[in-house]
Amino acid sequence: MSIDLEGLLRPVDNPAPAFPPKIITLANGEKMVIRQVTRDEIPFLLPHVKALLDVERDYYDIVAARVYAELLAYYRHRVQDEYVLIAQVDGELAAIVNGRSLSPRVGVSYHTLSLKRGARVGAHAFAAKMEYHIDILKHDEVLIVAESPIGFRRWMIEYKLEKRFDIAHELGGVPSYALTRELFERVRSSLIVGSRPVPEELLKKAMAGILPPKDPPKGPADLLAATRAMGDPTGTGLRAMRQKLEKLEGGK
Amino acid sequence: MRDVYVLGIGITSFSRLEYPIVEIAAYSSVVALKDAGLNRVDHVFVANMGAARVNHQTALASALVDHLNLMPCGAETIENGPASGASAIKTGWMAVASGLHDTVMVTGVERMREVNNLEATDFVASLTHPYAEQIYGVTLPAMAGMFARLYMETYGVTSRHLAMVAIKNHDNAMLNRFAHLHEKISMEGILDSNDAMTNNPFVADPLRFYDLCPVSDGGATLILGTAEMAKKIGKPLIRLAGVGQATDTHCVHERANPTDLLAVRGAAGKAMEMAGVKPGEISVAELHDAFTILEIAESEEVGFFKKGEGHIALEEGYTELGGKLPINTSGGLKAKGHPVGATGVGQAHEIVTQLRGDAGERQVKNASKGLTVNFGGFGNNVVSLVFVRE
Repeated sequence: MSIDLEGLLRPVDNPAPAFPPKIITLANGEKMVIRQVTRDEIPFLLPHVKALLDVERDYYDIVAARVYAELLAYYRHRVQDEYVLIAQVDGELAAIVNGRSLSPRVGVSYHTLSLKRGARVGAHAFAAKMEYHIDILKHDEVLIVAESPIGFRRWMIEYKLEKRFDIAHELGGVPSYALTRELFERVRSSLIVGSRPVPEELLKKAMAGILPPKDPPKGPADLLAATRAMGDPTGTGLRAMRQKLEKLEGGK
Repeated sequence: MRDVYVLGIGITSFSRLEYPIVEIAAYSSVVALKDAGLNRVDHVFVANMGAARVNHQTALASALVDHLNLMPCGAETIENGPASGASAIKTGWMAVASGLHDTVMVTGVERMREVNNLEATDFVASLTHPYAEQIYGVTLPAMAGMFARLYMETYGVTSRHLAMVAIKNHDNAMLNRFAHLHEKISMEGILDSNDAMTNNPFVADPLRFYDLCPVSDGGATLILGTAEMAKKIGKPLIRLAGVGQATDTHCVHERANPTDLLAVRGAAGKAMEMAGVKPGEISVAELHDAFTILEIAESEEVGFFKKGEGHIALEEGYTELGGKLPINTSGGLKAKGHPVGATGVGQAHEIVTQLRGDAGERQVKNASKGLTVNFGGFGNNVVSLVFVRE
C-alpha cells in the first residue's frame, strides 16, 4: 500500500481572483508596472533576493532571508493561499511584495522588499498589496508587522494602523497591527495611486522577463565600513593609518 | 594678519552612518590629514550642533583628539546651530591669521539618524525662539513653508520653480559619490503626473516632500594653515580669502520684511569685501538650501541676482552645471544632505574640490573663486566664506 506523502504535505490553495496589473508614475518620471507573478516565475526572483542576504543595512538581510523562504515555500507548495506581486521598471525588478489569505475575511501581509531604493517604490508596492487584500480579495482587515523602522514609518504611521496585539503575527510571532477596510478608505485618495489598464507595450515588456535590478541595495557606506572591518571600535586602525603616514612622510 | 590656505580636505558619505559620532569625525579627519600629508596639527575645532542631545555625548573635540592620538594639541567644540561648520572654519581662520597657530583642523560632524525623523525635527526646532516660536510647535519646515508662501506671493515664485531647484540639485548629487540622495527626480514625477501628489506630498504648504533636505549623518574636514605650509604641500593654492558673519532677529516675525534675509546679505557682503571679490566674479557657490526656496532667496541676497529675480535666473539655466554660475554643484543640502554641524564644512569641501579642479563630472570649468553661505537659525546667524584659487 503506498501513501501519497506529497499529497499530505502540500496544502490546497483556495481559488482567488488575480491582481489586475497597474501602472504608477514614479518621482523620477519612470513608469512602474505592478503585477502578480505565477509560481513558474518564482525561480527568476530567487537569485535577486539571495543577493541581499548579506546586506546588513535597514534589515535587508533578515527581510531577504524571510522572503527567500516564503518564495521557495510558495514555489514548492509548502504554504497555503500565498500570492506574490512584483514591481518592474522597464522590465527591471524594483520590488517584491507578498502575503496570504488567512481566511476569507482576514489577510496576512508578509513582506515588502524594495530592490530599487527611493522614489517610494516600496511604499507604492505595499499600497498595491493592500489594494489587493481589501478591494480584490475582499478581506475586512490585513494583519501587518514591520521589521525595520522604515517599514514602521511607512505602514504603522502613514496608514495609522490599529493594534491587534492579541494576535501573534505569522512573522516571528510578534504582536500584529491591522489595516481595516475603514482605514484603507481613509488613505485611498492619498496613498493608493496608479492606473489601469497598463499600456499594452509596457505590460508586454514586464511579462517578457524579469530583469535584474541595476542598482540593488548595498551595505553601509564603504569608507567607514573599511575602518570597521579592521576591527576598529576604538580607532586603533585609524591610528595605524597615521603611523603609516608618519613613516611615509618621514615623521613630518 | 597672515593669509590662510586650505592644506587638506576630507569627507564621509552624507547618509545614514551607523557608527559612533567620533568615528565619523575621525574618518573625515584622517582623510584630510592624508590629503595634507600631515600627521600633526596645532589645534582642532569640531563643529557640532546636536551630539549632546541626540547622541548623549559632549566635548567632541577632546574625544576626537584622543581618538586620533593628536595630543597635546588644543581642542574645542563649536556650536552655532546649522552654521556651526562655517563658524568653526571662521574660528580656525582667525587662529591661523592671527599667528596663534600654523595649522588647524576643522571637522564638522553630526549623527542625526540615531533618532527618528520626528525627534530630529524637534531637535533642530530647538534653535527657534523658545517663547515666541517654539512653544507654539513651530518647526523649521513650518517656518520655511510660511517664508515660501510669502516669497511666492511677493515675487511670483511658483511650485514649479521650487521643483526646478530640487531637480537640479538631485541631478548634481547623482555626480557626487558622497551625496545622501542618489535619486533622479523629474517634473512629471513630482508635480505633473496623477501620482505626483503621493510621490511628493505637502509637508508644510507650499513646500512638498522634495522641497526639503534629508536628515543626514556625516563628517567633513578642512585643514587650514599658512602660505608657507600650503606651498610645501604642492597642491593647488586655495586661499580662504574672505570670512563674513552677520546676525538678524531671533524671531522671523520681528523682521521689517520677513522675505529679506539681511544676515545672508551682510555675511556674504563682508566675505566678498574681505576677499576683494564681486558677486559677478564668483565661479561656483554652495548655498544653504535646506529648503528649495532658500536657494532662490539666498542667490538674490548674496548679490548674484536682483531681489525677486533668482527664480528667473533658475528658469534660464543660469545656476545649473554648465550655466554661468552653477549653484550647489555638490547636490546642496537638498540632495547631498544636511548633517547640520558638518554642513558648513561640507560646503567648503565642495568649493575647494571645485577650485582644485578635482570635481570630476560635476567640475565647473575654470573655477577660480567660490562662495559658501551657511545659514544658522532661520537666517538669524549666517556665516559666509570666499575661497580663491591662486
